[in-house]
Amino acid sequence: MPGASSVEIRKVNKHHGQFHALKDVDLDILPGKVTCLIGPSGSGKSTLLRCINFLDEYESGEIRIDGQLIGYESPGGRKMPARKLREMRRSIGMVFQQFNLWPHMTALGNVAEGLMRVRGLPKAEAERRAKNALEKVGLADKMANHPSRLSGGQQQRVAIARALAMEPRLMLFDEPTSALDPELVGEVLNVMKTLATEGMTMIVVTHEMGFAAHVADQVAFMEQGELVSVDVPDKILHQPKDPRIKAFLRTYHERNSF
Amino acid sequence: MEWSILQQYGPLLLSGFATTILCWALGTIFSMILGLLIALVQRYAPRPVGWVIQAYIEIIRGTPFLVQLFVLYYGGPLIGLRLDALPAGLLGLTIYGSPYFAEIFRSAFNAVPLGQIEAARAIGMSEPSIIRRILLPLGLVSALPALVNFSIILTKETVILSIITVPELTYQTQRMSTETFRYIEANLALALFFWALVETISRVGRRLEKRVTRHLTERT
Ligand SMILES: Nc1ncnc2c1ncn2[C@@H]1O[C@H](COP(=O)(O)OP(=O)(O)OP(=O)(O)O)[C@@H](O)[C@H]1O
Ligand SMILES: [Mg+2]
Repeated sequence: MPGASSVEIRKVNKHHGQFHALKDVDLDILPGKVTCLIGPSGSGKSTLLRCINFLDEYESGEIRIDGQLIGYESPGGRKMPARKLREMRRSIGMVFQQFNLWPHMTALGNVAEGLMRVRGLPKAEAERRAKNALEKVGLADKMANHPSRLSGGQQQRVAIARALAMEPRLMLFDEPTSALDPELVGEVLNVMKTLATEGMTMIVVTHEMGFAAHVADQVAFMEQGELVSVDVPDKILHQPKDPRIKAFLRTYHERNSF
Repeated sequence: MEWSILQQYGPLLLSGFATTILCWALGTIFSMILGLLIALVQRYAPRPVGWVIQAYIEIIRGTPFLVQLFVLYYGGPLIGLRLDALPAGLLGLTIYGSPYFAEIFRSAFNAVPLGQIEAARAIGMSEPSIIRRILLPLGLVSALPALVNFSIILTKETVILSIITVPELTYQTQRMSTETFRYIEANLALALFFWALVETISRVGRRLEKRVTRHLTERT
């Protein structure tokens, strides 16, 4: 994908109140690559993901998208002006566990909204592009539905279309399938796989180890706010050296075996 | 009972009722708008401003409307605020109702899921756009039942405007009773008019509610 973003994360720290949620996190993401973030609950995966588009404000360290620092004017400096931040966010798509569609708008309205309010496109053009985005996730026939008339899997695909319509160069996914019934997980993962083959830079917090094993270029394991290890999927998922990763995978396998 | 008296005083009562409706409608609209502004400022303004507003809310909610109206109408001229009865009554209603509406809006805004606002931030929407396109539409819908409820309560507060001589329905029925000693007829008429007004408001409110929530509820 032309213009896929790179992300550099350097010594990032973040507190939630007193709680040290990210501890000196380092991570590099190359353009067009898929990175899966795994780790136990509360390890800071969502926090790290949300720092990348500055929904969560990290306190020290640097996060750079294509070399450009996000959130601050300079490392350790003043906050970046809201306008500048919005501009950077335009090219970073985010997909949430709870979909977070706007319930008072149709699927088409949800996707067109950003194109109109952020990109400033006229309604007709915004809706044309929104239709394309919905087609891409296989929902052209549902565009007039409100979220309350869509299944969970369909809602999540609309949410992906909403992000894609903005033509992002980086996509962040926070457990995109965790709120879905098992039979609806596949349709969402398929859309994500397609996106990966097209060369989108993707960072995916997930408990879908199959997706991590088959689609990711690298897997990063977090625990207690630390980025313990990052490597190719096979090294993390099948030949883990760190006892913490072993323990995590053991509980994962126990939970999923029957 | 002497119903012919109502015929005689009919036009007077009707004009009183019209004034009541006017006071209620304008008072509700103005205090709702002021309440909305207060809630928005509270949400976005820095802490100290929030404290000032909270103090305003506590003071207004902590005192009877009657007292507020007296202070405004009879105390106002002392600081150069000289208003006729009707404008003073409307201003009074606006001030009196605003903190209640502000609280309704505040909790309705808090009920809008943060994730839906973050989704808007994540695509780069500006805060004014988020307010206009996400927060207000969703907040207003969830506030609607409470808004209707409080505007019904306000119908009865208009009664108090009679003490500063606003010629609304209570004022006119009182005039009718003192002139004719027909207290029962006068008060029955008063009750009937209010019942009609309240019933209309709550019906319209229910229809509105049904209409605005039609897309929001899961079909199960
Ligand atoms: N807004 C917040 N306020 C206070 N603490 C928070 C907040 N958000 C997260 N935390 C805490 O920070 C820690 C990391 O949270 P985070 O959501 O990043 O974990 P996670 O790895 O995504 O977990 P999960 O797999 O359960 O989603 C947790 O202990 C959590 O309780
Ligand atoms: Mg999480």
